[in-house]
Amino acid sequence: MNYEAVIGLEVHAQMLTETKIFCGCSTAFGSEPNTQTCPVCIGMPGVLPVLNRKALEFTIRTGLATNCRIAPHSRFARKNYFYPDLPKGYQISQYELPICEGGFLEIIVDDAVKRVGITRIHMEEDAGKNIHEGRGDHSFVDLNRAGVPLMEIVSEPDMRSPKEAVAYMKKLRTILLYLGVCDGNMEQGSLRCDANVSVRPEGQREFGIKTELKNINSFRFVERALEYEIKRQIGLLREGGKVVQETRLWDSAAAITQSMRSKEEAHDYRYFPEPDLVPIAAGEQWVEEIGSSLPELPDAKRKRFITDYGLPEHDADLLTSERAVADWFEAAVAAGGQAKAVSNWMMGDLMRYLNEEGRSISECPLKPSQLAVMLRLIDDGTISGKLAKTVFDEMCRTGKDADVIVKEQGLVQISDKDAIESVVDETLARNPKEVGRYRAGEEKLLGFFVGQVMKQTKGKANPQILNDLLKRKLSG
Amino acid sequence: MTLAELRQSLDTGDADPAAVLDDCYRRIGEVEERVKAFITLTKEQAYEAAGAAAERIKSDRSSLLTGIPVAVKDNMCTLDIPTTCASRILKSFVPPYESTVTSRLKAEGCCMVGKTNMDEFAMGSSTENSGFYATANPWDLTCVPGGSSGGSAAAVAANECIAALGSDTGGSIRQPASFCGVVGLKPTYGRVSRYGLVAFASSLDQIGPVTKTVMDAAIMLSFIAGHDPSDSTSAPMEVPDYASQLGQGLKSLRIGIPKEYFIEGMDPDVDRAVRSAIDVLVSLGARAVDVSLPHTRVAIAAYYLIATSEASSNLARYDGVKYGFRAEGKDLIDTYRETRAQGFGPEVKRRIMLGTYALSAGYYDAYYRKAQQVRTLIKDDFQKAFGDVDVIVTPTSPSPAFGLGEKVTDPLTMYLSDIFTISVNLAGVPAISVPCGFTATGLPVGLQIIGRHFDEGTVLRTAHAYERSTDWHLRRPPL
Repeated sequence: MNYEAVIGLEVHAQMLTETKIFCGCSTAFGSEPNTQTCPVCIGMPGVLPVLNRKALEFTIRTGLATNCRIAPHSRFARKNYFYPDLPKGYQISQYELPICEGGFLEIIVDDAVKRVGITRIHMEEDAGKNIHEGRGDHSFVDLNRAGVPLMEIVSEPDMRSPKEAVAYMKKLRTILLYLGVCDGNMEQGSLRCDANVSVRPEGQREFGIKTELKNINSFRFVERALEYEIKRQIGLLREGGKVVQETRLWDSAAAITQSMRSKEEAHDYRYFPEPDLVPIAAGEQWVEEIGSSLPELPDAKRKRFITDYGLPEHDADLLTSERAVADWFEAAVAAGGQAKAVSNWMMGDLMRYLNEEGRSISECPLKPSQLAVMLRLIDDGTISGKLAKTVFDEMCRTGKDADVIVKEQGLVQISDKDAIESVVDETLARNPKEVGRYRAGEEKLLGFFVGQVMKQTKGKANPQILNDLLKRKLSG
Repeated sequence: MTLAELRQSLDTGDADPAAVLDDCYRRIGEVEERVKAFITLTKEQAYEAAGAAAERIKSDRSSLLTGIPVAVKDNMCTLDIPTTCASRILKSFVPPYESTVTSRLKAEGCCMVGKTNMDEFAMGSSTENSGFYATANPWDLTCVPGGSSGGSAAAVAANECIAALGSDTGGSIRQPASFCGVVGLKPTYGRVSRYGLVAFASSLDQIGPVTKTVMDAAIMLSFIAGHDPSDSTSAPMEVPDYASQLGQGLKSLRIGIPKEYFIEGMDPDVDRAVRSAIDVLVSLGARAVDVSLPHTRVAIAAYYLIATSEASSNLARYDGVKYGFRAEGKDLIDTYRETRAQGFGPEVKRRIMLGTYALSAGYYDAYYRKAQQVRTLIKDDFQKAFGDVDVIVTPTSPSPAFGLGEKVTDPLTMYLSDIFTISVNLAGVPAISVPCGFTATGLPVGLQIIGRHFDEGTVLRTAHAYERSTDWHLRRPPL
């Protein structure tokens, strides 16, 4: 019997607000423990939460961008449980009446477009962090993160493979980055993912018993943890066993999932409406304003790149995967760069450079207009494509413009036919044996002669002219 | 002396703030050993404030509250001054912040003489649930002062301060005011900021004044009321000048008499006192109208589900991790368990357990949700009644102060002493308790006047008119 996996994801995204969700403390990452706290976010007696309107706006933005309904009346709830990093003994979250419901987003897997439903998006506060390492036999609590605003984005169980789950995560991350509501950093935990997964015999309508996977905090782990868990569940069923409803923890070192707590041990969170906050009434007009201020979203941008710039789908996919990359591309084109050439340079040399340097495109020393200038120099024959690679590296290294580098280093291409011809003649004269072999049919030796001439001219010989000359002379 | 009288003496220079404080602390010295109204005395800060107040008065920058000695219930956070909630678990807690109400009083130049005793976390009706000691009723030291703001009511009645702040979740200002023969006002939910009030039941808690006269209550309210950006549930509404509206009289005022509040088993002296108070109001021009609040009988049940549910969550933060009392356990769970076992008193534990149960999976719909539905019906009762009348008049409590120790072992009977005050909190409407007589044994009786949402003005006006034609409020306990 063949089995089919059913996957739903719960994604927690830290919002990029400057202050926490219920107080004025900073949300900056990486400060000394407990320096970004106040009586409100450390849960002192008698203090009260006040909603950060920006957090509400960010959540509504995300809801609108993922085709959700924005609830005209929404409210917060308390999720009660004891843990040292939870200063009030409850987390302010949403339960009944979340702010966004009933949306979807589209993913492309194996060239097919698939719609994944979004059940709900709600706001909540993050907890602090317990620190156990390096402090003797004591544990410590850092509450800097307590009260940082989170969105919980819950998908429908619409995904059928780990690949689809990864595509969904990636698409969601792209949208969050486009909206500027989350930095999408999975290593620092600003984007976290839990997965609900079950399997069922192909063709069966009812869902199988699901497990919840926690601690899958990279795209790679999402894929590997799901693959492992699906295999485990199918294995159990094939052996006549049963899947137990439970929460399982992904152990990335051992590459396995392990039982964390059973359904019976699951917390009873005793949700009830938060009496310290008034119900949220997101006015229609405000929601419309937020909607009209949304940036162009990845799907729309991708389509436009294909139609307006004539880019292949593959190029459009890559260039729109990040808003900053797309903006860079459009700036370079606007500065006069030919679209496909800009795309090629970006997907090739630029991405390689950024990867090597570990930088994002926004930290790139090379400006889009500088790439456009360099492309012009190639077009008008001032430099060859080969020389351009040297110029490109120099531009990234020094931040200087291409024409300046060309002038300073004398990189101007030699297109003077006579000048090249004399070097060609000289080269042929120096290598009679190779000339003989070439003429005897060993035509791959052309590359050898090109190399020799380029060496002599420090790579500046116009390759087109050189090729023509060499072929003519060798055959003659 | 009342607040209004003292104001005059201070402004004319007949009294100065430091001398007023001297009198206050002398009186505290005389009676406190017997009354035990306070948990903490804040002499040093009080005299400092008195010095500043004297300067303000001298330079004509004083407000109605400048130099007035007040007491504050010990569940309102006061910067650098212990705030214990009368609980062992917060015995060592010193807030690094100030509640909105106390900072407003401070800004006016009030002198806080101390923090008053209460039932632990405001859970109780007699102040016997204090984690430290019980407070005695100044009218009869063998009786309770009521609760949970028993310390504030006793301090005002015993003249240990001029006015006080209390908090009222189910009657905790009005019932002790009634037991101690003073005025106690619970404002509309949302009228006064709760920021810095240690929460018992967030959707019911409201801070209000305890005073010697209605005029004083009106003055106090006008300073503590008003929107506070730190409390989302505080109403962004204008605060009227209550004191200037007091003298408008009761002509054509319609007062509702709810039949459900004159029940069998009520103390006959209370019944008599309240009925003659209604006669007085009618003689002043008001018209008595029978009204019905049919859901009154289920109010206590709904209240004890909602209040305990919220409390079970509000009190979860006292886990020994961050502040306050900690009992070191062998591991985390053990530390939680021991801290809370040793830190909380029996009534608090009882309510945490009740609330935890009511919110649990499988019980939520039958208890918490049902209670919220009942709450809506109770609100509707009041709204309907207020279509026909301007205020509703009832006894504050079915009985006068009971003996210390008399009901401690019987929580259910204790809960019933709030039967006339609880609906008001569930509906969120304002209500006052004013002295309206004495029992044969000399214990005070209180009259409750309930008003529409945010209509404290009419409540105060009615109470003031009544007070002016009676002299109950002039009697002083034989201390």
